[in-house]
Amino acid sequence: MEERILTILEDICRDPVVREDPDIDLMEEGLMDSLDYVNFLIDIEDEFGIIIAPTEVTREEVATPAKIIQVVLSRLDEMEE
Amino acid sequence: MQLFSDTSFFLCLATILVPAFLLGIREKSLVHYGMAASLFFIAVSMGRDLLSLGYMIAFCLYQLVLTKAYLWIRTKKGRRYGWYYLFLIGTIAPLTLYKVFAEVGNPHHILAFAGISYMTFKTAQIVIETYDGLIRELRTSEFLYLLLFFPTLISGPIDRSRRFEEDLHRIIPKKEYLELAGEGVFKIFQGLVYKKVLATCCYTLMNYFGTGQSPRALLIYMYMYGLYLFFDFAGYSRMAVGVAYFLGIRTPENFNAPFLSKDIKEFWNRWHISLSHWFRDYVFSRITMRLVKSRRFHSKLVIAGIAFIINMGLMGCWHGLSWQYILYGVYHGVLLTGCEVFQKQSKVYKRYKNDRWFQFVEWFLTFHLVLFGFLIFSGRLGGAVASLL
Repeated sequence: MEERILTILEDICRDPVVREDPDIDLMEEGLMDSLDYVNFLIDIEDEFGIIIAPTEVTREEVATPAKIIQVVLSRLDEMEE
Repeated sequence: MQLFSDTSFFLCLATILVPAFLLGIREKSLVHYGMAASLFFIAVSMGRDLLSLGYMIAFCLYQLVLTKAYLWIRTKKGRRYGWYYLFLIGTIAPLTLYKVFAEVGNPHHILAFAGISYMTFKTAQIVIETYDGLIRELRTSEFLYLLLFFPTLISGPIDRSRRFEEDLHRIIPKKEYLELAGEGVFKIFQGLVYKKVLATCCYTLMNYFGTGQSPRALLIYMYMYGLYLFFDFAGYSRMAVGVAYFLGIRTPENFNAPFLSKDIKEFWNRWHISLSHWFRDYVFSRITMRLVKSRRFHSKLVIAGIAFIINMGLMGCWHGLSWQYILYGVYHGVLLTGCEVFQKQSKVYKRYKNDRWFQFVEWFLTFHLVLFGFLIFSGRLGGAVASLL
C-alpha cells in the first residue's frame, strides 16, 4: 500500500527524493504546490476510491511523505470499518 | 465611528480590551464577552445608519437559514450536486447583486453595509464544506459570532468556521494567554505604525510627486501606490489579528513580506493570504478537479492555466465589476500560468534556480510585475493610456 502511495507521490513531485527522505517538507522544498496537491487528491481518489476534500486535512497534516502515507492509511482503515 | 480608523475607536478598543485581558489571564471563556463587544462595536459604528444595519441583520438571518437548511438537506439526501449548487448560488447571490448595483451607483443603497464580502466568504465556505461532509453541525450563536466578530468584521482576515470554533471551545492556559496578548499588543502597535505612519507617508508622496501625465510621475505613482496598498491593508490586518488574539481567537495572518517574493505563486502565498487561500481551496482546487475528471484536457499545464485564469478573474470581479479590476484579475491569472509553464518546462529555470543572481532577477521581475498589476488595479493606467492615444 505504501508503495502505491509513494509511486503516486513520485509521479506528482517528479523527484525520487520523496522515497528517500520520508520527512522532507514537500511544500517548503517546492516539490508540491497547490496544483500538485489537487492532482495528488485526484490520483488518491482514482487509485483507492478515497475522497479527500481540498480542505479536509491541513497542509501541515500532509507536509511530508510520511505524514501523507499516515493520512491515506488511516482513511483506508476507516473505509474498511 | 469607523472601526480601526477613528481615534474614538482606538480609545473604546483600549477600554474594552482591559476586561478581556482580565478574563483571559483568569482562564475564563472569552466567548460571551467577545460577542457582547462585537455587538457594541456594530451598534456604535452603524447605529446611525439604520438602513445598513437593517440590511446587515437581514443578510445574517438569510445566511443562517440558508446554511442550516443546506446542512439539513445534505444530511438527508447526501452529496448531491443540484442542491449544493442551488444553495451555493443562494449564498453568494446577495454579494453578486450588491456588486452589480454598485456598478450603477446603487442610489437606494441596497445591501450596502460594511463586511458583506467577508461574511459571504465565510458562509460560502460553510456551504462548500457541508457538501464535502466536513461540517456536520452548526450552532446559531457560533455562526453569528463568526460573521460578526468585530476585529475581522469589515475587512478580514477571512477565518474558517471549523478553525474559529476550535478556538471558541478552547480555554487558553494563563501562561499561553499572556504570550498571546503580548503578541497581540505588538501586532496592534505594529499595525498602527504601518497604517497611520508608513501608509500615510506613501500616500502623501504619491499625491505630491505622482500626479500629472509624465512617465516619471506615473512611475512614482506606481511605486508609492503599491507600497501604500501594502502598508494600509497589512497594517489594518495586523491590528485585526492582534485584537482577535486578546479575545482568544488566533485569526490567520494576511500578509507575510509579499514584496520579497521570488515568483508570482509565492506572492499569492504572501499577499492577502486569507483571500488567496480561500480562492485556492474553494475555487481553484474545485475547478482543477472538475477539469481533470472531465478528461477533456490532458495537459496538466492547460488545466492549470484555465483554472488560474478563472480563479483570478473571479477574484478580480470580487474587487468590483469595473474593467480595471477584471483586467487586474486576468492579468494575475496569466502571470500565474506563465510562471507555472516556465517553472515546469524551462531548462533555464532548472539550471539556474539556485543561483543568487538568478534569484535576484526573479525577485526584481516579480516585484515590478506586481506593482504594474496594482497600477492596473488603481485605474490610473487607463487614464495614462487614454491620454497617450
